[in-house]
Amino acid sequence: MIARAQRNLVPAALGFGALLAFIVFVEVLIRTGAVNRFIVPMPSQIAGAFERVIVEEDIPHRFLITAREAFWATVLLAVFGIGIGVLLYRVRLLRSATETWVAAMASAPTVLMYPLFLVIFGRSERTIIMMGFVAGLPAVILKTIEGLAGTRRVLIDVGRSFKLTEVQLFWKIFFPAALPTMFVGLRLGMIFALINIVGVEFLINFGGLGQLINDLAERYDLPGTYAAICFVILVSVVFFFLTDRLEKWLRPAD
Amino acid sequence: MSSVTRAAAAPRAQSAAPVLVVDGIVKRFETPDGVMTAVDHISFDVAPGEFLAVIGPSGCGKSTLFNIIGGLLDGYEGRVAVSGETLKGPHASIGMVFQEESTFPWRTVTDNVAFPLEIAGLPKAQRVERARHFIDLVGLSGFENRYPAELSGGMRQRVAIARTLASEPKILLMDEPFGALDEQTRLLLGDKVLQIQDQLKQTCLLITHNITEAVQLADRVLVMTYRPGTVKRMVPIELPRPRSSEIVSSDAFGRYVAQIWGDLREEASRGMRDDEAHRGGGAP
Repeated sequence: MIARAQRNLVPAALGFGALLAFIVFVEVLIRTGAVNRFIVPMPSQIAGAFERVIVEEDIPHRFLITAREAFWATVLLAVFGIGIGVLLYRVRLLRSATETWVAAMASAPTVLMYPLFLVIFGRSERTIIMMGFVAGLPAVILKTIEGLAGTRRVLIDVGRSFKLTEVQLFWKIFFPAALPTMFVGLRLGMIFALINIVGVEFLINFGGLGQLINDLAERYDLPGTYAAICFVILVSVVFFFLTDRLEKWLRPAD
Repeated sequence: MSSVTRAAAAPRAQSAAPVLVVDGIVKRFETPDGVMTAVDHISFDVAPGEFLAVIGPSGCGKSTLFNIIGGLLDGYEGRVAVSGETLKGPHASIGMVFQEESTFPWRTVTDNVAFPLEIAGLPKAQRVERARHFIDLVGLSGFENRYPAELSGGMRQRVAIARTLASEPKILLMDEPFGALDEQTRLLLGDKVLQIQDQLKQTCLLITHNITEAVQLADRVLVMTYRPGTVKRMVPIELPRPRSSEIVSSDAFGRYVAQIWGDLREEASRGMRDDEAHRGGGAP
Protein backbone atom coordinates (compact mmCIF):
# COMPACT_ATOMS: atom_id res chain seq x y z
CA MET A 1 0.00 0.00 0.00
CA ILE A 2 2.76 2.40 1.03
CA ALA A 3 4.90 1.26 -1.91
CA ARG A 4 1.98 1.91 -4.27
CA ALA A 5 1.45 5.40 -2.83
CA GLN A 6 5.16 6.06 -3.27
CA ARG A 7 4.99 4.84 -6.87
CA ASN A 8 2.17 7.30 -7.56
CA LEU A 9 3.91 10.12 -5.73
CA VAL A 10 7.30 9.86 -7.42
CA PRO A 11 6.19 10.85 -10.98
CA ALA A 12 4.09 13.73 -9.62
CA ALA A 13 6.97 14.97 -7.46
CA LEU A 14 9.38 14.59 -10.39
CA GLY A 15 7.08 16.58 -12.70
CA PHE A 16 6.55 19.32 -10.14
CA GLY A 17 10.27 19.41 -9.33
CA ALA A 18 11.16 19.74 -13.04
CA LEU A 19 8.70 22.65 -13.42
CA LEU A 20 10.10 24.34 -10.33
CA ALA A 21 13.66 23.87 -11.58
CA PHE A 22 12.70 25.39 -14.95
CA ILE A 23 11.12 28.42 -13.25
CA VAL A 24 14.22 28.93 -11.09
CA PHE A 25 16.40 28.55 -14.20
CA VAL A 26 14.41 31.24 -16.08
CA GLU A 27 14.54 33.50 -13.02
CA VAL A 28 18.33 33.12 -12.88
CA LEU A 29 18.68 33.77 -16.63
CA ILE A 30 16.69 37.01 -16.32
CA ARG A 31 18.38 38.18 -13.12
CA THR A 32 21.84 37.61 -14.61
CA GLY A 33 20.81 39.54 -17.74
CA ALA A 34 21.06 36.53 -20.09
CA VAL A 35 17.42 37.20 -21.02
CA ASN A 36 16.08 40.74 -21.35
CA ARG A 37 13.71 41.46 -18.43
CA PHE A 38 11.74 43.93 -20.57
CA ILE A 39 10.77 41.11 -22.97
CA VAL A 40 10.27 38.25 -20.51
CA PRO A 41 9.20 39.10 -16.96
CA MET A 42 10.74 37.28 -14.03
CA PRO A 43 8.68 34.37 -12.67
CA SER A 44 8.73 36.07 -9.27
CA GLN A 45 7.15 39.17 -10.87
CA ILE A 46 4.50 36.96 -12.54
CA ALA A 47 3.73 35.34 -9.17
CA GLY A 48 3.42 38.79 -7.67
CA ALA A 49 1.00 39.86 -10.42
CA PHE A 50 -1.51 37.08 -9.69
CA GLU A 51 -3.28 38.88 -6.85
CA ARG A 52 -3.48 42.09 -8.91
CA VAL A 53 -5.01 40.48 -12.01
CA ILE A 54 -7.42 38.43 -9.93
CA VAL A 55 -8.67 41.50 -8.00
CA GLU A 56 -8.37 44.26 -10.58
CA GLU A 57 -9.02 42.43 -13.85
CA ASP A 58 -11.93 40.26 -12.70
CA ILE A 59 -10.13 37.05 -13.61
CA PRO A 60 -12.79 34.65 -12.20
CA HIS A 61 -15.41 36.10 -14.55
CA ARG A 62 -13.10 35.99 -17.58
CA PHE A 63 -11.95 32.51 -16.63
CA LEU A 64 -15.59 31.38 -16.62
CA ILE A 65 -16.25 32.98 -20.03
CA THR A 66 -13.29 31.16 -21.62
CA ALA A 67 -14.19 27.95 -19.77
CA ARG A 68 -17.80 28.23 -21.02
CA GLU A 69 -16.62 28.74 -24.61
CA ALA A 70 -14.24 25.79 -24.28
CA PHE A 71 -17.05 23.70 -22.80
CA TRP A 72 -19.44 24.35 -25.69
CA ALA A 73 -16.69 23.79 -28.24
CA THR A 74 -15.90 20.46 -26.55
CA VAL A 75 -19.57 19.46 -26.54
CA LEU A 76 -19.78 20.26 -30.27
CA LEU A 77 -16.57 18.33 -30.88
CA ALA A 78 -17.88 15.30 -28.99
CA VAL A 79 -21.24 15.32 -30.78
CA PHE A 80 -20.21 16.25 -34.32
CA GLY A 81 -16.57 15.04 -34.31
CA ILE A 82 -17.44 11.58 -33.04
CA GLY A 83 -20.63 11.53 -35.13
CA ILE A 84 -18.80 12.38 -38.35
CA GLY A 85 -16.04 9.93 -37.45
CA VAL A 86 -18.59 7.14 -37.02
CA LEU A 87 -20.28 8.07 -40.29
CA LEU A 88 -16.99 8.08 -42.20
CA TYR A 89 -16.05 4.72 -40.67
CA ARG A 90 -19.39 3.20 -41.61
CA VAL A 91 -19.60 4.59 -45.17
CA ARG A 92 -16.41 3.42 -46.80
CA LEU A 93 -16.91 5.48 -49.97
CA LEU A 94 -17.39 8.68 -47.97
CA ARG A 95 -14.31 7.88 -45.92
CA SER A 96 -12.13 7.22 -48.98
CA ALA A 97 -13.40 10.43 -50.54
CA THR A 98 -12.83 12.72 -47.55
CA GLU A 99 -10.25 11.28 -45.14
CA THR A 100 -7.31 12.98 -46.88
CA TRP A 101 -9.15 16.31 -46.81
CA VAL A 102 -9.92 15.94 -43.13
CA ALA A 103 -6.25 15.17 -42.44
CA ALA A 104 -5.23 18.20 -44.52
CA MET A 105 -7.66 20.35 -42.57
CA ALA A 106 -5.93 19.30 -39.33
CA SER A 107 -2.79 21.18 -40.36
CA ALA A 108 -4.60 24.20 -41.83
CA PRO A 109 -4.28 27.48 -39.85
CA THR A 110 -8.05 27.78 -39.40
CA VAL A 111 -7.61 30.70 -36.99
CA LEU A 112 -6.94 32.88 -40.05
CA MET A 113 -10.53 32.28 -41.14
CA TYR A 114 -11.82 34.41 -38.27
CA PRO A 115 -13.01 37.27 -40.51
CA LEU A 116 -15.33 34.85 -42.32
CA PHE A 117 -16.71 33.62 -38.98
CA LEU A 118 -17.15 37.21 -37.83
CA VAL A 119 -19.26 37.85 -40.91
CA ILE A 120 -21.36 34.73 -40.30
CA PHE A 121 -21.77 34.86 -36.51
CA GLY A 122 -20.91 38.46 -35.65
CA ARG A 123 -18.54 39.63 -32.89
CA SER A 124 -19.91 37.23 -30.34
CA GLU A 125 -19.18 34.14 -28.28
CA ARG A 126 -20.63 32.04 -31.10
CA THR A 127 -17.78 33.04 -33.41
CA ILE A 128 -15.22 32.07 -30.77
CA ILE A 129 -16.92 28.74 -30.02
CA MET A 130 -17.23 27.88 -33.74
CA MET A 131 -13.58 28.76 -34.38
CA GLY A 132 -12.56 26.47 -31.53
CA PHE A 133 -14.86 23.75 -32.80
CA VAL A 134 -13.54 23.91 -36.38
CA ALA A 135 -9.94 23.82 -35.18
CA GLY A 136 -10.48 20.71 -33.07
CA LEU A 137 -12.75 18.84 -35.44
CA PRO A 138 -10.19 16.99 -37.65
CA ALA A 139 -8.37 15.47 -34.66
CA VAL A 140 -11.61 14.10 -33.19
CA ILE A 141 -12.81 12.73 -36.55
CA LEU A 142 -9.50 11.05 -37.39
CA LYS A 143 -9.05 9.52 -33.95
CA THR A 144 -12.65 8.26 -33.93
CA ILE A 145 -12.07 6.51 -37.25
CA GLU A 146 -8.78 5.11 -35.95
CA GLY A 147 -10.41 3.82 -32.78
CA LEU A 148 -13.30 2.14 -34.58
CA ALA A 149 -11.05 0.64 -37.25
CA GLY A 150 -8.78 -0.71 -34.51
CA THR A 151 -11.54 -2.78 -32.88
CA ARG A 152 -10.18 -6.31 -32.69
CA ARG A 153 -11.77 -8.68 -35.21
CA VAL A 154 -12.33 -11.36 -32.58
CA LEU A 155 -14.47 -9.02 -30.44
CA ILE A 156 -16.66 -8.27 -33.46
CA ASP A 157 -16.92 -12.03 -34.12
CA VAL A 158 -17.98 -12.59 -30.50
CA GLY A 159 -20.74 -10.04 -31.01
CA ARG A 160 -21.81 -11.65 -34.28
CA SER A 161 -21.79 -15.11 -32.69
CA PHE A 162 -24.27 -13.77 -30.10
CA LYS A 163 -26.40 -12.45 -32.98
CA LEU A 164 -26.08 -8.78 -32.04
CA THR A 165 -27.90 -6.30 -34.24
CA GLU A 166 -25.83 -3.61 -35.99
CA VAL A 167 -26.89 -1.06 -33.35
CA GLN A 168 -26.03 -3.42 -30.48
CA LEU A 169 -22.72 -4.25 -32.17
CA PHE A 170 -21.85 -0.55 -32.24
CA TRP A 171 -22.87 0.33 -28.69
CA LYS A 172 -21.76 -2.90 -26.99
CA ILE A 173 -18.51 -3.55 -28.87
CA PHE A 174 -17.24 -0.89 -31.29
CA PHE A 175 -17.91 2.10 -29.04
CA PRO A 176 -16.34 0.81 -25.81
CA ALA A 177 -13.42 -0.71 -27.75
CA ALA A 178 -12.73 2.61 -29.50
CA LEU A 179 -13.34 4.79 -26.47
CA PRO A 180 -9.69 5.23 -25.34
CA THR A 181 -8.63 6.35 -28.83
CA MET A 182 -11.70 8.57 -29.14
CA PHE A 183 -10.74 10.29 -25.90
CA VAL A 184 -7.23 10.88 -27.20
CA GLY A 185 -8.88 12.60 -30.18
CA LEU A 186 -11.19 14.58 -27.91
CA ARG A 187 -8.28 15.80 -25.79
CA LEU A 188 -6.28 16.76 -28.88
CA GLY A 189 -9.35 18.52 -30.26
CA MET A 190 -9.77 20.34 -26.97
CA ILE A 191 -6.18 21.56 -27.08
CA PHE A 192 -6.63 22.93 -30.61
CA ALA A 193 -10.00 24.41 -29.66
CA LEU A 194 -8.63 26.18 -26.59
CA ILE A 195 -5.66 27.61 -28.52
CA ASN A 196 -8.08 28.98 -31.11
CA ILE A 197 -10.59 30.22 -28.55
CA VAL A 198 -7.99 32.28 -26.70
CA GLY A 199 -6.42 33.31 -30.02
CA VAL A 200 -9.70 34.59 -31.44
CA GLU A 201 -10.60 36.32 -28.15
CA PHE A 202 -7.23 38.04 -28.46
CA LEU A 203 -7.70 38.93 -32.14
CA ILE A 204 -11.24 40.28 -31.91
CA ASN A 205 -10.71 41.70 -28.40
CA PHE A 206 -13.81 40.00 -27.09
CA GLY A 207 -14.66 37.45 -24.42
CA GLY A 208 -12.57 36.07 -21.59
CA LEU A 209 -8.89 35.45 -20.97
CA GLY A 210 -7.78 36.14 -24.57
CA GLN A 211 -9.23 39.62 -24.41
CA LEU A 212 -7.59 40.21 -21.04
CA ILE A 213 -4.22 39.06 -22.42
CA ASN A 214 -4.71 41.51 -25.28
CA ASP A 215 -5.54 44.36 -22.85
CA LEU A 216 -2.60 43.61 -20.58
CA ALA A 217 -0.19 43.25 -23.51
CA GLU A 218 -1.34 46.58 -24.95
CA ARG A 219 -0.68 48.17 -21.55
CA TYR A 220 2.72 46.48 -21.65
CA ASP A 221 1.91 44.78 -18.34
CA LEU A 222 4.06 41.74 -19.03
CA PRO A 223 3.85 40.11 -15.57
CA GLY A 224 0.05 40.49 -15.75
CA THR A 225 0.00 39.07 -19.31
CA TYR A 226 1.91 35.97 -18.23
CA ALA A 227 -0.22 35.61 -15.11
CA ALA A 228 -3.33 35.63 -17.34
CA ILE A 229 -1.70 33.00 -19.60
CA CYS A 230 -1.33 30.82 -16.48
CA PHE A 231 -5.11 30.94 -16.10
CA VAL A 232 -5.48 29.71 -19.72
CA ILE A 233 -3.33 26.75 -18.70
CA LEU A 234 -5.64 26.28 -15.72
CA VAL A 235 -8.65 26.04 -18.06
CA SER A 236 -6.79 23.34 -19.98
CA VAL A 237 -5.95 21.49 -16.75
CA VAL A 238 -9.59 21.61 -15.60
CA PHE A 239 -10.83 20.22 -18.92
CA PHE A 240 -8.20 17.48 -19.00
CA PHE A 241 -9.20 16.49 -15.50
CA LEU A 242 -12.89 16.42 -16.41
CA THR A 243 -12.39 14.34 -19.57
CA ASP A 244 -10.16 11.99 -17.61
CA ARG A 245 -12.94 11.51 -15.04
CA LEU A 246 -15.48 11.01 -17.82
CA GLU A 247 -13.30 8.40 -19.52
CA LYS A 248 -12.74 6.54 -16.24
CA TRP A 249 -16.48 6.57 -15.63
CA LEU A 250 -17.19 5.19 -19.11
CA ARG A 251 -14.31 2.66 -19.04
CA PRO A 252 -13.41 1.99 -15.41
CA ALA A 253 -11.08 -0.88 -16.43
CA ASP A 254 -8.45 1.44 -17.94
CA MET B 1 -6.75 -51.46 -26.78
CA SER B 2 -6.91 -53.35 -23.49
CA SER B 3 -10.09 -55.14 -22.54
CA VAL B 4 -10.37 -52.99 -19.39
CA THR B 5 -10.28 -49.81 -21.40
CA ARG B 6 -12.73 -51.14 -23.93
CA ALA B 7 -15.15 -52.20 -21.18
CA ALA B 8 -14.99 -48.84 -19.41
CA ALA B 9 -15.34 -46.79 -22.54
CA ALA B 10 -18.91 -45.56 -22.69
CA PRO B 11 -20.24 -45.07 -26.20
CA ARG B 12 -21.74 -41.61 -25.79
CA ALA B 13 -25.09 -41.12 -27.42
CA GLN B 14 -23.94 -42.46 -30.77
CA SER B 15 -27.36 -43.85 -31.54
CA ALA B 16 -29.28 -40.59 -30.90
CA ALA B 17 -30.25 -38.33 -33.80
CA PRO B 18 -27.33 -35.97 -34.51
CA VAL B 19 -27.60 -32.48 -33.09
CA LEU B 20 -25.15 -31.15 -35.66
CA VAL B 21 -24.90 -32.25 -39.28
CA VAL B 22 -22.13 -31.00 -41.54
CA ASP B 23 -22.86 -32.18 -45.03
CA GLY B 24 -20.60 -31.83 -48.07
CA ILE B 25 -19.04 -28.49 -47.18
CA VAL B 26 -16.88 -26.98 -49.90
CA LYS B 27 -15.36 -23.53 -49.48
CA ARG B 28 -13.27 -21.76 -52.08
CA PHE B 29 -11.40 -18.46 -51.78
CA GLU B 30 -10.22 -16.11 -54.49
CA THR B 31 -6.48 -15.56 -54.09
CA PRO B 32 -3.92 -13.71 -56.23
CA ASP B 33 -2.76 -17.16 -57.45
CA GLY B 34 -6.31 -18.16 -58.47
CA VAL B 35 -9.13 -20.00 -56.76
CA MET B 36 -8.03 -21.93 -53.67
CA THR B 37 -10.22 -24.70 -52.23
CA ALA B 38 -9.90 -24.48 -48.44
CA VAL B 39 -12.19 -27.37 -47.52
CA ASP B 40 -13.53 -29.97 -49.90
CA HIS B 41 -16.63 -32.08 -49.25
CA ILE B 42 -16.32 -32.26 -45.49
CA SER B 43 -19.12 -34.28 -43.91
CA PHE B 44 -19.66 -35.48 -40.36
CA ASP B 45 -22.24 -35.33 -37.64
CA VAL B 46 -22.20 -34.90 -33.87
CA ALA B 47 -24.57 -36.70 -31.49
CA PRO B 48 -26.08 -34.97 -28.44
CA GLY B 49 -23.60 -34.93 -25.55
CA GLU B 50 -20.76 -36.07 -27.78
CA PHE B 51 -17.31 -34.48 -27.83
CA LEU B 52 -15.83 -34.38 -31.32
CA ALA B 53 -12.37 -33.03 -32.02
CA VAL B 54 -11.32 -31.93 -35.50
CA ILE B 55 -7.58 -32.09 -35.97
CA GLY B 56 -5.40 -31.24 -38.90
CA PRO B 57 -2.14 -29.57 -39.89
CA SER B 58 -1.82 -25.80 -40.24
CA GLY B 59 -3.53 -24.61 -43.41
CA CYS B 60 -5.97 -27.51 -43.66
CA GLY B 61 -9.03 -25.26 -43.32
CA LYS B 62 -9.84 -25.89 -39.65
CA SER B 63 -10.59 -22.24 -38.93
CA THR B 64 -12.59 -21.97 -42.14
CA LEU B 65 -14.68 -24.90 -40.95
CA PHE B 66 -15.03 -23.26 -37.50
CA ASN B 67 -16.30 -20.04 -39.07
CA ILE B 68 -18.70 -21.87 -41.38
CA ILE B 69 -20.22 -23.95 -38.57
CA GLY B 70 -20.39 -20.84 -36.37
CA GLY B 71 -22.24 -19.00 -39.14
CA LEU B 72 -19.56 -16.31 -39.49
CA LEU B 73 -18.62 -17.32 -43.03
CA ASP B 74 -20.97 -17.80 -45.94
CA GLY B 75 -20.63 -18.44 -49.65
CA TYR B 76 -19.95 -22.15 -49.31
CA GLU B 77 -21.42 -25.28 -50.85
CA GLY B 78 -23.08 -27.90 -48.68
CA ARG B 79 -25.15 -27.62 -45.56
CA VAL B 80 -24.74 -27.18 -41.83
CA ALA B 81 -27.79 -28.09 -39.74
CA VAL B 82 -28.50 -27.91 -36.01
CA SER B 83 -31.30 -30.22 -34.85
CA GLY B 84 -32.48 -30.42 -38.44
CA GLU B 85 -32.51 -26.66 -39.02
CA THR B 86 -30.21 -25.46 -41.79
CA LEU B 87 -27.93 -22.63 -40.65
CA LYS B 88 -28.07 -19.22 -42.25
CA GLY B 89 -25.65 -17.16 -40.24
CA PRO B 90 -24.90 -17.37 -36.50
CA HIS B 91 -27.32 -19.55 -34.56
CA ALA B 92 -28.32 -19.31 -30.90
CA SER B 93 -27.75 -23.07 -30.56
CA ILE B 94 -24.04 -22.73 -31.31
CA GLY B 95 -21.79 -21.05 -28.76
CA MET B 96 -18.36 -20.11 -30.03
CA VAL B 97 -15.10 -19.95 -28.09
CA PHE B 98 -12.29 -18.33 -30.03
CA GLN B 99 -8.58 -19.05 -30.12
CA GLU B 100 -7.68 -15.40 -29.67
CA GLU B 101 -8.24 -13.68 -26.33
CA SER B 102 -11.83 -12.52 -26.65
CA THR B 103 -12.97 -11.19 -23.30
CA PHE B 104 -14.16 -7.59 -23.28
CA PRO B 105 -11.42 -5.64 -21.46
CA TRP B 106 -13.86 -2.93 -20.37
CA ARG B 107 -16.15 -5.38 -18.53
CA THR B 108 -15.62 -7.19 -15.25
CA VAL B 109 -15.68 -10.98 -15.17
CA THR B 110 -19.34 -10.93 -14.12
CA ASP B 111 -20.28 -8.44 -16.83
CA ASN B 112 -18.38 -10.45 -19.44
CA VAL B 113 -20.16 -13.67 -18.51
CA ALA B 114 -23.51 -11.90 -18.25
CA PHE B 115 -23.08 -10.39 -21.73
CA PRO B 116 -25.29 -12.86 -23.67
CA LEU B 117 -27.91 -12.61 -20.91
CA GLU B 118 -27.84 -8.83 -21.20
CA ILE B 119 -28.40 -9.15 -24.95
CA ALA B 120 -31.27 -11.55 -24.26
CA GLY B 121 -32.84 -8.82 -22.09
CA LEU B 122 -32.72 -10.57 -18.71
CA PRO B 123 -33.15 -8.30 -15.65
CA LYS B 124 -29.86 -7.38 -14.00
CA ALA B 125 -30.35 -9.34 -10.77
CA GLN B 126 -31.22 -12.48 -12.70
CA ARG B 127 -28.32 -12.23 -15.10
CA VAL B 128 -25.81 -11.56 -12.31
CA GLU B 129 -27.07 -14.63 -10.48
CA ARG B 130 -26.78 -16.80 -13.57
CA ALA B 131 -23.39 -15.34 -14.46
CA ARG B 132 -22.17 -16.25 -10.94
CA HIS B 133 -23.27 -19.85 -11.54
CA PHE B 134 -21.16 -20.12 -14.69
CA ILE B 135 -18.23 -18.30 -13.10
CA ASP B 136 -18.34 -20.89 -10.35
CA LEU B 137 -18.56 -23.66 -12.95
CA VAL B 138 -15.29 -22.59 -14.57
CA GLY B 139 -13.66 -22.21 -11.15
CA LEU B 140 -13.35 -18.42 -11.05
CA SER B 141 -15.35 -17.66 -7.91
CA GLY B 142 -13.73 -14.80 -6.07
CA PHE B 143 -12.75 -13.05 -9.30
CA GLU B 144 -16.21 -11.75 -10.20
CA ASN B 145 -15.31 -8.09 -9.98
CA ARG B 146 -11.90 -8.32 -11.62
CA TYR B 147 -11.18 -7.00 -15.09
CA PRO B 148 -9.57 -9.28 -17.73
CA ALA B 149 -6.30 -7.32 -17.50
CA GLU B 150 -6.02 -8.51 -13.89
CA LEU B 151 -6.31 -12.21 -14.88
CA SER B 152 -3.90 -14.73 -16.41
CA GLY B 153 -4.34 -15.97 -19.98
CA GLY B 154 -5.88 -19.25 -18.76
CA MET B 155 -8.33 -17.43 -16.51
CA ARG B 156 -9.35 -15.10 -19.33
CA GLN B 157 -10.04 -18.08 -21.57
CA ARG B 158 -12.19 -19.60 -18.81
CA VAL B 159 -14.14 -16.33 -18.68
CA ALA B 160 -14.70 -16.64 -22.44
CA ILE B 161 -15.91 -20.23 -22.00
CA ALA B 162 -18.23 -19.22 -19.14
CA ARG B 163 -19.61 -16.38 -21.27
CA THR B 164 -20.39 -18.80 -24.09
CA LEU B 165 -21.90 -21.35 -21.70
CA ALA B 166 -24.09 -18.63 -20.18
CA SER B 167 -25.95 -18.42 -23.50
CA GLU B 168 -26.78 -22.12 -22.96
CA PRO B 169 -25.90 -23.29 -26.45
CA LYS B 170 -26.73 -26.78 -27.66
CA ILE B 171 -23.24 -27.05 -29.13
CA LEU B 172 -20.05 -25.60 -27.71
CA LEU B 173 -17.82 -24.85 -30.69
CA MET B 174 -14.20 -24.16 -29.74
CA ASP B 175 -11.34 -23.10 -32.01
CA GLU B 176 -8.04 -24.01 -30.33
CA PRO B 177 -9.21 -22.33 -27.11
CA PHE B 178 -6.00 -23.18 -25.27
CA GLY B 179 -3.68 -22.56 -28.22
CA ALA B 180 -1.99 -19.56 -26.64
CA LEU B 181 -1.40 -21.25 -23.27
CA ASP B 182 1.49 -23.29 -21.92
CA GLU B 183 1.25 -27.10 -21.89
CA GLN B 184 0.55 -27.48 -18.14
CA THR B 185 -2.22 -24.89 -18.18
CA ARG B 186 -3.60 -26.47 -21.32
CA LEU B 187 -3.85 -29.91 -19.64
CA LEU B 188 -5.45 -28.47 -16.52
CA LEU B 189 -7.96 -26.46 -18.52
CA GLY B 190 -8.68 -29.64 -20.46
CA ASP B 191 -9.65 -31.19 -17.13
CA LYS B 192 -11.93 -28.24 -16.46
CA VAL B 193 -13.61 -28.60 -19.86
CA LEU B 194 -14.11 -32.33 -19.22
CA GLN B 195 -15.72 -31.59 -15.84
CA ILE B 196 -18.01 -28.98 -17.37
CA GLN B 197 -18.97 -31.22 -20.26
CA ASP B 198 -19.71 -34.05 -17.87
CA GLN B 199 -21.78 -31.80 -15.62
CA LEU B 200 -23.79 -30.12 -18.39
CA LYS B 201 -23.86 -33.08 -20.81
CA GLN B 202 -22.69 -30.47 -23.28
CA THR B 203 -22.18 -31.34 -26.93
CA CYS B 204 -18.74 -30.06 -27.90
CA LEU B 205 -16.89 -29.58 -31.15
CA LEU B 206 -13.23 -28.76 -30.70
CA ILE B 207 -11.00 -27.53 -33.52
CA THR B 208 -7.37 -28.13 -32.65
CA HIS B 209 -3.92 -28.99 -33.96
CA ASN B 210 -2.88 -30.52 -30.64
CA ILE B 211 -3.09 -34.33 -30.68
CA THR B 212 -2.82 -34.69 -26.89
CA GLU B 213 -5.66 -32.26 -26.36
CA ALA B 214 -7.84 -34.01 -28.95
CA VAL B 215 -7.33 -37.47 -27.45
CA GLN B 216 -7.65 -36.20 -23.85
CA LEU B 217 -11.02 -34.59 -24.50
CA ALA B 218 -12.80 -36.22 -27.41
CA ASP B 219 -15.05 -39.21 -28.02
CA ARG B 220 -14.07 -39.12 -31.68
CA VAL B 221 -11.27 -37.38 -33.52
CA LEU B 222 -11.74 -36.32 -37.11
CA VAL B 223 -8.38 -36.12 -38.87
CA MET B 224 -8.22 -33.69 -41.79
CA THR B 225 -5.89 -33.71 -44.77
CA TYR B 226 -3.71 -30.77 -45.72
CA ARG B 227 -5.16 -28.33 -48.28
CA PRO B 228 -7.75 -28.83 -49.54
CA GLY B 229 -9.09 -30.01 -46.18
CA THR B 230 -10.95 -33.29 -46.46
CA VAL B 231 -11.84 -35.99 -43.94
CA LYS B 232 -8.89 -38.36 -43.79
CA ARG B 233 -10.09 -40.55 -40.97
CA MET B 234 -12.50 -40.60 -38.04
CA VAL B 235 -10.86 -42.13 -34.96
CA PRO B 236 -13.16 -43.24 -32.08
CA ILE B 237 -11.42 -42.63 -28.74
CA GLU B 238 -12.56 -45.40 -26.48
CA LEU B 239 -10.89 -44.26 -23.30
CA PRO B 240 -12.83 -44.50 -20.05
CA ARG B 241 -14.81 -41.54 -18.71
CA PRO B 242 -14.77 -39.54 -16.54
CA ARG B 243 -11.31 -38.61 -17.73
CA SER B 244 -8.64 -36.31 -16.41
CA SER B 245 -5.23 -35.17 -17.59
CA GLU B 246 -3.72 -38.16 -15.75
CA ILE B 247 -4.87 -40.25 -18.69
CA VAL B 248 -2.09 -38.85 -20.87
CA SER B 249 0.38 -41.22 -19.21
CA SER B 250 -1.61 -44.37 -20.04
CA ASP B 251 -0.53 -46.82 -22.75
CA ALA B 252 -3.86 -46.61 -24.53
CA PHE B 253 -3.57 -42.85 -24.71
CA GLY B 254 -0.11 -43.16 -26.21
CA ARG B 255 -1.40 -45.58 -28.84
CA TYR B 256 -4.13 -43.16 -29.90
CA VAL B 257 -1.64 -40.32 -30.11
CA ALA B 258 0.68 -42.47 -32.21
CA GLN B 259 -2.14 -43.56 -34.50
CA ILE B 260 -3.32 -39.99 -35.10
CA TRP B 261 0.22 -38.72 -35.54
CA GLY B 262 0.73 -41.46 -38.13
CA ASP B 263 -2.14 -39.95 -40.10
CA LEU B 264 -1.17 -36.36 -39.49
CA ARG B 265 2.54 -36.66 -40.13
CA GLU B 266 2.17 -37.15 -43.85
CA GLU B 267 -0.25 -34.21 -44.08
CA ALA B 268 1.89 -31.92 -41.91
CA SER B 269 4.96 -32.76 -44.05
CA ARG B 270 3.01 -31.90 -47.18
CA GLY B 271 2.00 -28.61 -45.60
CA MET B 272 5.58 -27.83 -44.67
CA ARG B 273 6.83 -28.59 -48.20
CA ASP B 274 4.08 -26.44 -49.67
CA ASP B 275 4.91 -23.59 -47.31
CA GLU B 276 8.62 -23.77 -48.17
CA ALA B 277 7.81 -23.82 -51.89
CA HIS B 278 5.64 -20.71 -51.47
CA ARG B 279 8.47 -18.93 -49.67
CA GLY B 280 10.81 -19.68 -52.57
CA GLY B 281 12.88 -22.30 -50.74
CA GLY B 282 13.55 -25.86 -51.80
CA ALA B 283 15.84 -28.80 -51.44
CA PRO B 284 19.48 -28.05 -52.26
